[in-house]
Amino acid sequence: MGAFLARRLAGLVATLAGASFAVFAAVYLAPGDPASFLTQGRSASPEALAAIRAQYHLDDPFLVQYLKWVSGALSGDFGRSVQFRQDVTGLILARLPTTLFLVGYAGLLIVLAGLLLGALAALRPGPLDRIVLIGTGVATATPSFVAAIGLISLFSVQLGWFPAFGNGTGLTGRLWHLTLPAAALALTFAGLLARVTRASMLEELAREHVEVARSRGVPEQAVIRRHVLRNSLGPISTVTGTVVAGLLVATSIVESAFGLSGVGQLLVSSVTVKDFPVVQAVTTLIVVVFVLANLLVDLLQPAIDPRLSHGQSRAL
Amino acid sequence: MTAVTLHRRYRLPADNLTVAGVAVLAVLVAVAILAPLVAPHDPLAIDFSAALSGPSSDHLLGADQSGRDVLSRLIFGARAGLLGPLLVVTLSTVAGTLLGVLAAWCGGVVDAVLSRGMDFVFAFPALLLAITLVAMFGPGLSAPVVAMSIAYTPYVGRLARGVAMREMSRPYIHAYRVQGWSGWTICLRHLVPNVLPLIFAQSAINFGYALMDLAALSFLGFGTQPPVPDWGAMINEGASALLQGAMLPALAPGAAVVITVVAFSTVGEGIADRVARRQR
Repeated sequence: MGAFLARRLAGLVATLAGASFAVFAAVYLAPGDPASFLTQGRSASPEALAAIRAQYHLDDPFLVQYLKWVSGALSGDFGRSVQFRQDVTGLILARLPTTLFLVGYAGLLIVLAGLLLGALAALRPGPLDRIVLIGTGVATATPSFVAAIGLISLFSVQLGWFPAFGNGTGLTGRLWHLTLPAAALALTFAGLLARVTRASMLEELAREHVEVARSRGVPEQAVIRRHVLRNSLGPISTVTGTVVAGLLVATSIVESAFGLSGVGQLLVSSVTVKDFPVVQAVTTLIVVVFVLANLLVDLLQPAIDPRLSHGQSRAL
Repeated sequence: MTAVTLHRRYRLPADNLTVAGVAVLAVLVAVAILAPLVAPHDPLAIDFSAALSGPSSDHLLGADQSGRDVLSRLIFGARAGLLGPLLVVTLSTVAGTLLGVLAAWCGGVVDAVLSRGMDFVFAFPALLLAITLVAMFGPGLSAPVVAMSIAYTPYVGRLARGVAMREMSRPYIHAYRVQGWSGWTICLRHLVPNVLPLIFAQSAINFGYALMDLAALSFLGFGTQPPVPDWGAMINEGASALLQGAMLPALAPGAAVVITVVAFSTVGEGIADRVARRQR
């Protein structure tokens, strides 16, 4: 376990170092002079340009610039935004609650709807199974922005139940404003999770140990809970890694579609005006969260399925 | 290789769902190629007197906020909608198959380096990589296509490596080696053709995902630039018309995206099923 953890952490640090380097180098390699990007094409006086070059350390060698940026990032300083003329960290922190609320809300919907529908389809073959299969097939093919448009047209414009824009204030206001965005964000991934849950449970249901448990007279509910559901959690937890990655990026699309001021929308607006310090910071953060989530899934696997000791799971 | 040729090759009954998927895709491709002949109007022709008008005999799906015919834009939008994913899937399939088979065939250090490299690219979600490249090189079709090709390559590469490893453990590869055939010949004539069917199944599914991702980028304004008709951009432009009560300018391209992606994943799953049944 200790050796496994050490190896995974070393891999994690290497990945993050590589990723942050790639993100930083991306800006360095971008065509044109970084200083002219930072002035966004406006003509600037030589003094102003020199000030910008000094502020962003553009006259230092590339590696020195990178190390300065990394050491700043490690202490929570991602530099200043060109667009907002504020510290990037402050910009992100101000928008983090909305994004976390949205992603958490969507995550809850995904787990509830995905597990329920998947289990229902696996346990009730026949028309219900077919309906869930077709429904989830369409759901996984519906990108979040199409879902957003569909939900707005139905629930905001036609029925007028939910607002189409804005963050909302207070807990109930937030819940009310973020219900449609969370549903739009959740749809694709709930469909994916339902499909994986259904397939994984069907596979487990066909196993001999389930037959044995039933013939021993174990109540059906206990068979499902202890023998089927527990054993089918492996693939389900693996797919959560994919879901986390998808959520982190899809939230920027949903936030833009619903006019929410969150971290994702900050990324999109910064890309539009080439506000590189913000792009670097948000991209790095997303990669960090994604890599950590995958590490967490790997660490949880043996708790879900004790047959997978860490030595073995590495070899697979 | 389409599902139809696979069907002929392996002499298995085609299921109705896969046939329906292939039919939808055939119609889409035909419409995209024949767009100038099929479309009732010029997709760029602006007519403010028809702005946001509902369905009529002249505009079957109504007109958008500039009075452009929604149906014609939808038909021409199929071109950008299919061309981008086609490039992404072609590039990632070729690169992924090459890297995956190379890793499986060489093993050792080559395998370790290639596998770690693919793991590293996995740390970047495809859309995030595309957004970063757009930040560097500006919006358009090329930066997203390059980014998505890079991001999709490890998915194909991992699959190709796994399938190639499994094939290599079978006796026929060893038999060819014993007969003294060169590695190149065994790889190209025997290993790769046996790896490809599953790769194609994955690529068909990837096509749908690439289409969704590229449409999302256009929706954000990072992909195909207006006034060129594009489904994602149409949804973005139609979103404001939505609040004025005109649903079709946004919902019609949305439906087009969903139908296309469903068709691609149906065909992909159909091919994968067929390969699995044949190997049983």
